[in-house]
Amino acid sequence: MDAQAIHAALVTRFGERITGSALEAGSPFAIVATDAIAEVAAFCKADPALALDNLMCLSGVDYPKETPPRMEVVYHLFSYRQLHTFALKVQVPRENPAVPTVEGVWGVANWHEREAWDLFGIVFTGHSDMRRILLPDDWEGHPLRKDWQDPEYYNGLHVKPTPQMMERVLTGETLGVGPFDFTPENRHVEEP
Amino acid sequence: MNGPEPVRGLIHNRFDDGLVVASADQLINWSRKNSIWFMTFGLACCAIEMMATGASRYDLDRFGIMPRGTPRQSDLMIVAGTVTLKMATRVKRLYEQMPEPKYVLSMGSCANNGGPYWRHGYHVLKGVDEVVPVDVYVPGCPPRPEALLYGLLKLQEKIQEDRVLRKRGLTVGSLAGATLDGAADVARPLGKK
Repeated sequence: MDAQAIHAALVTRFGERITGSALEAGSPFAIVATDAIAEVAAFCKADPALALDNLMCLSGVDYPKETPPRMEVVYHLFSYRQLHTFALKVQVPRENPAVPTVEGVWGVANWHEREAWDLFGIVFTGHSDMRRILLPDDWEGHPLRKDWQDPEYYNGLHVKPTPQMMERVLTGETLGVGPFDFTPENRHVEEP
Repeated sequence: MNGPEPVRGLIHNRFDDGLVVASADQLINWSRKNSIWFMTFGLACCAIEMMATGASRYDLDRFGIMPRGTPRQSDLMIVAGTVTLKMATRVKRLYEQMPEPKYVLSMGSCANNGGPYWRHGYHVLKGVDEVVPVDVYVPGCPPRPEALLYGLLKLQEKIQEDRVLRKRGLTVGSLAGATLDGAADVARPLGKK
């Protein structure tokens, strides 16, 4: 099935709860009402014509400059039986974002949702094990949010560059070697 | 073996072939520097170069340097790759589990000072020397095997000059001035710490 047919099937089944779509996009997607995502996901997997049995990727996105500011969760789906792909999106507010879990539909969502919680702070309601997966357990905050500010220290270790490093950069010393000079204005770039 | 000229006079030409005269310090350091077993601390792409250095083309084994899987059998920790803040506590714990004498070689820009993550890496340690004392830094991103080999040879030089039995201070004989501890150590009077 192509994206139009998949979208039509979803609209036929869920009507108003499919709130938008972009079927000409490079990766065609439909926007789903947040509280309906678990239901839509279950339908996508169970319907024999759709048969989207594989959750390839679950991502969080932060859009602080949109009006109103929002976050999104993107579900990239693939069907091994039908060999077609489709994407679903849900949109949530940046303050206390919460999305129903799809762990019951695709088991792999367990880890993906933990990652989205870890880095974006999106809570997945109904998740069986909502804790950090990449960052240390005692980490504070969600660093891929656009308003993230580096703390000075984590457990006594520098998170920002050390004063010595800043001094070396400001006095023109390089931190790397040759093309791997990681100072802001890489002086080793060839002049044209 | 490098060392002082054989003492002339009393014992000159007195011994059979196969007998080596050396100081205990030289002997201990010589055996230590030629059996550096390093813990494989491969954390990122530098680990690939470290593996290449250990494999047949560069052949670390010819220096007696070989990888171990556990800190308890290791003399050297080659920190090869990006040390995240989460891994930093593990690096420190594993370093503490190594028996003395122990050495650390920091391999690559990330382990040296954070590398490409030095400014905006919220998760990367800004140099492994924040958690463990480092003996040799090898720059590069990643360093070629030759660079790692050079760093290891530098470490061997450092071990050869180590003071195991000798007092810290002025050295008599041909080793005078040969310490890597710096000129201040050499200038100190004999026997004073």
